[in-house]
Parts: sequence; C-alpha cells; structure tokens
Amino acid sequence: MPDILRQFEEKRAAARLGGGERRIEQQHAKGKLTARERLDVLFDPDSFEEWDMFVEHRSHDFGIDENRIPGDGVVTGHGKVNGRLVFAFSQDFTVFGGALSEAHAEKICKIMDKAMLVGAPLVGLNDSGGARIQEGVASLAGYAEVFQRNVNASGVVPQISAIMGPCAGGAVYSPAMTDFILMVKESSYMFVTGPDVVKTVTHETVTQEELGGAETHATRSGVADLAYDNDVETLLELRRLLDFLPSSNRAKAPLRQTSDPIDRGEPSLDTLVPANANQPYDMHELIVKVVDEGDFFEIAPTYARNIIVGFGRLAGATVGVVANQPRVLAGCLDIDSSRKAARFVRFCDCFDIPIVTFVDVPGFLPGTSQEYGAIIKHGAKLLFAFAEATVPKVTVITRKAYGGAYDVMSSKHIRGDVNYAWPSAEIAVMGPKGAVEIIFRSDLGDAAKIEARTEEYRSKFANPFVAASRGFIDDVIAPRDTRRRLCRALAMLRDKKLHNPSKKHDNIPL
Amino acid sequence: MFKKILIANRGEIACRVMRTARRMGIATVAVYSEADENALHVRSADEAVLVGPAPSRDSYLRIDRIVEACQRTRAEAVHPGYGFLSENHVFAEKLEQAGIVFIGPTPQAIAAMGDKIQAKKLAQAAGVSSVPGHLDVIPDAAAAVRIAREIGYPVMLKASAGGGGKGMRIARNDGEARDGFRATSAEARSSFGDDRVFLEKYIEEPRHIEIQVLGDAHGHVIYVGERECSIQRRHQKVFEEAPSPFLEEETRAAMGSQAVMLAKAVGYRSAGTVEFIVDQHRRFYFLEMNTRLQVEHPVTEMVTGLDLVEWMIRIAAGESLTLRQNDIRLDGAAIEARVYAEDPRRDFLPSSGRLVRYIEPRGDGVRVDAGVDEGAEIGLDYDPMMAKVTAHGATRAEARARLRAALDGFYIRGPRHNIAFLSAVLTTKRFAAGTLSTNFIAEEFPRGFAAVKPPRKLFDRIIAVAGLAQFIIAERDGGAAADWVVCSDADQHAVTVTRDDHVFRVAGQTIDTDWQPGEPLLHAKFGRNEAIFQVDRNGHSLTLTHGGVTLTVKVLRPRVAQLFARMPEKSPPDLSRMLLSPMPGLLVSIAVAEGQQVHIGDELAVVEAMKMMNVLRAERDGQVKVLRAQPGASLGVDQIILEFV
Repeated sequence: MPDILRQFEEKRAAARLGGGERRIEQQHAKGKLTARERLDVLFDPDSFEEWDMFVEHRSHDFGIDENRIPGDGVVTGHGKVNGRLVFAFSQDFTVFGGALSEAHAEKICKIMDKAMLVGAPLVGLNDSGGARIQEGVASLAGYAEVFQRNVNASGVVPQISAIMGPCAGGAVYSPAMTDFILMVKESSYMFVTGPDVVKTVTHETVTQEELGGAETHATRSGVADLAYDNDVETLLELRRLLDFLPSSNRAKAPLRQTSDPIDRGEPSLDTLVPANANQPYDMHELIVKVVDEGDFFEIAPTYARNIIVGFGRLAGATVGVVANQPRVLAGCLDIDSSRKAARFVRFCDCFDIPIVTFVDVPGFLPGTSQEYGAIIKHGAKLLFAFAEATVPKVTVITRKAYGGAYDVMSSKHIRGDVNYAWPSAEIAVMGPKGAVEIIFRSDLGDAAKIEARTEEYRSKFANPFVAASRGFIDDVIAPRDTRRRLCRALAMLRDKKLHNPSKKHDNIPL
Repeated sequence: MFKKILIANRGEIACRVMRTARRMGIATVAVYSEADENALHVRSADEAVLVGPAPSRDSYLRIDRIVEACQRTRAEAVHPGYGFLSENHVFAEKLEQAGIVFIGPTPQAIAAMGDKIQAKKLAQAAGVSSVPGHLDVIPDAAAAVRIAREIGYPVMLKASAGGGGKGMRIARNDGEARDGFRATSAEARSSFGDDRVFLEKYIEEPRHIEIQVLGDAHGHVIYVGERECSIQRRHQKVFEEAPSPFLEEETRAAMGSQAVMLAKAVGYRSAGTVEFIVDQHRRFYFLEMNTRLQVEHPVTEMVTGLDLVEWMIRIAAGESLTLRQNDIRLDGAAIEARVYAEDPRRDFLPSSGRLVRYIEPRGDGVRVDAGVDEGAEIGLDYDPMMAKVTAHGATRAEARARLRAALDGFYIRGPRHNIAFLSAVLTTKRFAAGTLSTNFIAEEFPRGFAAVKPPRKLFDRIIAVAGLAQFIIAERDGGAAADWVVCSDADQHAVTVTRDDHVFRVAGQTIDTDWQPGEPLLHAKFGRNEAIFQVDRNGHSLTLTHGGVTLTVKVLRPRVAQLFARMPEKSPPDLSRMLLSPMPGLLVSIAVAEGQQVHIGDELAVVEAMKMMNVLRAERDGQVKVLRAQPGASLGVDQIILEFV
C-alpha cells in the first residue's frame, strides 16, 4: 500500500477511536454505547457517511491547544434508515465529555443546513457535558447557531432528539425545539440547572434522576415524549418513528405495502362502549383495531394519559391519531393533555399528515389548579391547533362530546372534513344530570320530576341524531365499520387543498 | 316435537343446546342476567329474557323467574345445561307443575342421585361396586378423625351436596382430617347451603373414567361408551377423552352394564353419566351419577356420531330411544381441552376483562364449543371456562396432534388464559403414552407451570420462525437482509434467512409460509409437518407462541445484536417486599397489624375470588411496615395489600 494511503488509514483509525480505549471502556461501563456505535444501530448497515472527521477545535487557552482530537466530540453525517436518507449528529462523550466547541457546533450546523437543503430528517444523539468552557463565548455562540437552525428547520424537516447522556444548561434548548425527544432511562438527564445549584438556591435535595431523568420527563414534565430502557432500544424505536414520517414538508410520508384489507370489519367494536355512560373503556383498543396491522406508535404514552396521540397507518399511509382516553380522568381535557395534543396536531399539520380524532370527552377538568395554571390558554392551544390545521381531518365521536370540548375536538365547526359518530355518541352542552339541574332548577327538590326531566334530556340529546340533523355529523356509522369508513374518507380527501389567510404567522396563545 | 324450548343456562352450553335446537327446527329462548346482556348465548337465541342481576343466586338460580320466563315466552320445555339448576329436583318439579317439560331425568331420579350418600347406598343395593367409606353424615371433627382412622388414611372428605370439584379434600393424617372436615363443611355451607360431609377411602393414582348412559321414558337404557377425565386440577377436569386409553372391551362392558343397572334402578331417562374411579388394576368403584349433560359430552359425540342433546330433547318429548346397545360403535378417538380465563403462571387464579382478540381454531376433526366471542367481557361472576376445543382422529395420536394444532391456532388476547398450559400438557411424553391419573398435573408440573422449560426442538423452531418473521417484516419495511440474530433474554442465536418465493431456508430448516406482517397467525410447513405460530409485535420486539411456549425476542442485525449484548440488564422493581393481590377479588380480612412481626407461613390476608377464600401467607419472616388496603376493598390483580420493612 502506498505510504500516503497507509497514513490516511491510520489517521482514520485514530479518529474513530475518539477519546481512546480507556474512555470508551468508561462509556461502556455506564451501560452506554459510543457515538459511533449508536450510529451503527441507527443506520442501515454500511450506509453512514461521516463528514468532518478531521475537524479539530481552534482554541488556545488554558492548555487545551495541546489536546486536539479529530472530530472534536461529535460524529456527523448522513445515512439510511430503512433505505431513506437521514442526517444525524452523535455527540462523543469520550472526547472532552462531548462538550460543545465552536468547531463542534459548526459540524452540527453543516449537516443541519444540508438536511434542510435536500429535505431529509435530522436526528440528534445528545451526550454532552455542556459548553466547552475553555472557549467561552465562542461555545455559546455555537449553541445559538444550532438553536437558530432548529427554529429554521422546524416544520421543514422532522427533527428528533435522543438524550443518551447528560444534557444540561443551555444545551437543553436545542432538543427542546425539536419535534420529538426520546430519553434513555437511568443514563440520561436533562435540566436547566443541576442538583448542586438547586441545592444552593432553593435548598431542595434532589437526585439527577429525580430532577431530570427519563422517567421524570416522560411522565411528569412532558419534556420527553418517549423513554426506553437502553441505547439500543431507544435507537430501534427512533428508526420505527422515522418510518412513519415524511422526509420533509415537501414530501408525503412513505406508503407502506400492507396486506391488511381496508374493509376489515371489527365486530367487537360494537361492544367497546359500555352501556353505562360512566363506565370507562380503553380507547387503545379502538385505535389498534382500526390502524393497519394494529401498528400504533404512541407519542408520550406515559404523560397526560387522558389523551392518546400517535402515529398509525390507514391503507398504508401515515395518519396522526388524537383520542380522548376515558380510562384516565374520564378522558377530560386539562392543561397537560391540551398541550400534548396541540403540539402533536401542529406537527401533523406541518408535515401534511392527516389527523384522525376519536372523541369521548366529558369536558374540561374543573378546579383551581387548572384555572390558576391557565387552562383557558392551554385549552385554547388545542382549539387553535385543530382549527388552523389544513390537513385532512376526520373525526369519530364514540361517546361523549360535551360542551366546549366538543367544539375543540376537531368538530365540523372548525373545519373537520368528515365527522362521524357512533350510535352511542352523545353530543350535548353537558351531561343529562347537570343540564337538568340548570334548566329545571325549580324542580330540584322533587326527585321524581328531576328523574323524568333527566330521562327526557337523555332521550333528546344523548344521541348523535340531533347533531346529525343539523349536518354537524356527516353520518352515524356502525363501530365495526370504522376502519373502512376512515379509509374511504381519507382516500376522498387525498388531494385536499386548503390555505389559511396570508399572514406573517399566527399568534397561537402560547 | 316441541316448537320452542328455553335454555336455563349461559355460556358455551347454552349456545351448544341452541345449535341442536335450531337444526331440529325448534325456536330457542335464552335467559340472562344483567351481566350477560351482550353475551353470545343471548344473541344466539330467538328470544331472550332477563332474569335478574349478576349473582347466580339472583338470576340463573331463580326457579320462579325461569318458570315465569317459560310462561311468558310459551316455551314448552327447558334444557338446563350443566351446573346451575340442572341437578335441582325442585326445579324439575316446579316445571312439571307448571306443565313445562324438563329436558332431563325425573325429579325423583335427580333427587336420588343428587344426595351423594343416598346415591352410594342405592348403588350398593343395585350391585354396583363402591369405594369403602362411611356413608352416614359425620357430626363433628372428632368423629371425622375416628372414622378416618377406621377406614385408614388417606381419606377423602366430601360435601354431601358437592360436585364439580367443589367441597372435596384429601386428608392424610388426623390433623388434616380435623381441619379438612371444618373447611369442607364451611365451604359446603356457603356454596351449597348444606354442610353435611361424608368421607371415604382415597384411592391413590386413580383414573377417573365415566360411562355415558342414555335412557328413555319407557325403561330402555344403553351405555354410550366411556370418557376418561383423569387430568384434573384441584378436582376440576381439564382434559377429557374417549375412549379411555386404559380400558379394554371387557372392563368397558362391565362398567357399562353396571351403569345401566344403576340407571334402571332409579328409572333414569335422558342422558346421564355414571362416574367411576379406576385403580391401577382396573378395579372400578362407583363415584357418583351426574343426572345431566356433562361438560365433556363432545368427545362422546365425536366418537359415536350421536348428538346427545338431540336425544335428550327427543326423549323429553316422549320419543323412544331407537338405538340398541349394539348400534353404538366407537370410531377413532377424541380429546377435549377446556379453555379457562385463568393464569397458569399464577397458580391458575381466575382472570377477567374484555376479550380484546379472540380467534377460534379451525381444522379437520376440530370442534370448538364456545360461550364467548371477541369483545365479550369475562367477569368473575361465573365459571371462568370460555370454550372447549375437541379434536377427533382415527387414532388417539391423530386426535392429540390435531388438538395441539388447534391450541396453537387459538388466539386469545385480553384476560389471561390456560392455552399454553394445555399445550404443555399435551406435549408431555406421559400424555402421549396415555398413562394418566388424577395426579397427572401435580406430578408432571411439580413446581408449577411457570418453571417449565421448553423442549429444545420446539425452542429451535420458534427461533427459526422469529428470524423468518423479522426477515419478512424487514424486507417489506425497506431493510431487507439475510443475516439476523434472534435475542431472547441473554441468549443470542444467529440465523441466516434466504427465500425462494414462499419457501424459506432458516437456520438449516426449510419453512414454507405465506405469512404477511400484521397477521396474528403464521402457518408454517416444515416439510410435511404443518404448524401454527402466533405472532405479536410490540414495537421492535416479537412475541411468538407455539406448543405452549411463549417467547419474546428481538431479532436484530448482527452488529446491533453485538451491541445489544452490552446493554445492562434492568431489574424490575423489587416486589418481594410487598404482598400483592394475586387475583382480582374482595379483601375479606387482614390478619396482621402495622409493625407486627410475621413468620413464614403466617396468614396475612384473605382474598375472596370466584367464591373461593384464598389465604395469603407470609413467604418469609419479616415485619409489616404499612397496610395499603383495608378489608372490604375490591382489589385488582397485583394491587399492593401491604408492605414489609
């Protein structure tokens, strides 16, 4: 082999070692994979092309100039996920603890720019101690360059972050602005300030895991959408998520061949809604029985469980599903569920993914904690998101659709394209009991009268036919036919074109 | 012939009776409780009448309401099925008085056989061989011990009004006799409202073999072969087959003629069953007579080609039994398995919930008698049996193979069920050999079902099919590759998959399949052998179920598998410091207080489920830290009752 080639191979091998054998061992000892190993899992075999392997930092202060490692703590490039182009950066904790330098940031920005240019999703694998302190403001500038690109890319290409180690301080804001955050349980954390600072400032004693671990963010704060046991599972699920998404806002989501018949009937759905209106049932069953092959990728399954959001496919094409979950808080809308669903609806609208909404909502959750927490503004987000969405919107009311929550849940009045109801649907201002107590306040002392009135109200409004008689419901459908009807509605809407009035941008109540 | 009959039952037996009635052109009326409003038997009937709330005593056991339902719907006759009122002579009498025909024996025959003690005496008088025992009611525990000593241990304590496995206990010493007497009479009082108990010699290694008889109202009685029901769990039958692999013609004829003698002695009409226990020397002893259709009657129907329900209806309508003894031919063999909503990995505790997925198996010689369909709500109010699967073949081996295949194809999701356990029983060498006994399950699964390791060959097949399934999924999803690694727990198995149309080579095996991603059942041909695998996908994991084995695997690219092996094992939360409710039920009592020291074996709490009082005991020494539930609470499965320090 000519010398020059041998030198090149040696240089490559050295670069691939990152921070060296010892640091790699330390990384493994923590149960974590290295930056390059992670890319091996993320991408199809032999599809990853690395860029800027030989980039080094340019600082000279505090002796760091004696320590230059090719790649500078982040591996960047592009590869294929099930044959589709995806750009990714993967921070290398073995090199300067993955700390972000100016050069490190430049590498990330380069692939972000290219992903935008060609219209391909961007994946960030975060494992970094934070800013490269030795570089001072240059490092901060690097973060800001990335932030600006996150914002520019938002709604243009899907951006997905996996937090696979530390992610603290300013660093959290890049993933925070991406579309989805995945975290690894027990080996990743995200917070603005760590336990030590918390202790000094607020005198709270809290562990890293409690403050910003995967469990915390996936169940309490809602910062993370998904949490998995380890690096490999996280990356395999990230691949699955990408399979549902279009490459950019210029492309359609990939069509997946399926042998699942579009007219598959599901007789058991006829008995899903219990006869007793106060009895819960699991909305997941409806979703799983309706989508292709029962394959449903749920987003934020452990956060605000009173609403279910996620991706499925109908006739091979991706749809976003939003569904009230009567099993949790009776399916009420509250602050958390409104925020969760609003963000999901806006994602779908950005990327031209039709929205299928299943409604069983008794209303908004009452209480001071909700009112003081600004349920008015948060609830408005979901209303705003549904109303501004121009993608195909198909809605099925399975049971309760009460009050303002009925309007919010992709109703006909906010440009629902096709609105169906099951025969068990009850579309009304409120439940029979509450309504009668207001309308017939003077009869409150007379139990027999109230009961008769309640029955009258029930028979008048606790059904889908009043709404159907006004055209607010396009058809009342048999539960067993739901899949067939949804497929047909979406086929009809395939070429839907709808534009909102020209504006700089809207002013969603944030 | 009747124009309309009412079926005073629910579940599979109600559906089964309706099938025959419909074929005979007879209209059907179902009765149902509030819990069964949407049940299959209600939808299968021409008419249905609500008879009360969920508890049986307020609905299916309400004689007055059922008689009223007959009158309201003008049903001319009632088929009682099994259980509930089927062996209640008062019910038969009330119907008679109301001018409605009871499709079953006379009230006198029911009464005579319904009292176990009286039945034994009658049998002895009729010359039927019986187990040594004490047939008089035992007044108290001390007497129980004295009599047990006279007969010699082990002995069996039995509730006089018991049956179907309830109210029976074995005692091997004085202590067990004393405790057993108390427990049996308490249980008998609460379950049957009759606390009389008797005891008899307990036969070791016994086989349970029963003779089906059929008699008409004109005194003609025949026997229709036998059924072996030796495989039982807690005296509840799990498998039944006909003919018994143990009997030869001589014993069969001897048992048959004794059964006929007994039936004649009580003026028996309709279908009935004379149960015997048979010892290792083919000595048989009369156990009891069931004056109704048995759960396991399909095996008899499949080997004889008769429809027993049809004969019951014809006989009740006054027709003569036109069959003679030598018309009865046994053709091949049939085996039935009972599918229960219960958790074999948790000591078979009943399970409940919505039947989210329910796909019945099909195949040559396969019969499914089901009382549920997809979407059914499995409650805790009634017997947890969902369905019976029966397979018929020219030989016992063929019947067994067909039943195994049928179980592999029986896809149930929602409540826990015992299908894997049934497959595991069928797979044992001992079942294949036919050396059955009522201790079969205890001996073959001494450490419970959860401890069973799958046989190597089965395991290899599942691994190969997992690789194949992932190959097909990946190919469709755009990630086609030949080399895969099947990872199950810490084990990794490299497989290479190649395909030629629908024929695959996987890990040295040739498998023919047209499976598509998303299908719950994968039909595979290994050469000439066909096999069904259930495939469930959960994210990137695959769960395969076959031959009683359920295996969750990840099928990964070789490089990913290599990295996966490095991932730390995460242990689930420590539940050993908590007492969890093993089943949904009512917390009846807590025997300990916070801070109390407990010793291994101490009673901690009592949970009532399925009318059974389950005593939860300390599995080790420790101190109670905090009580998490109070008596009277309705518990979910795995709900925490208390925590230890």
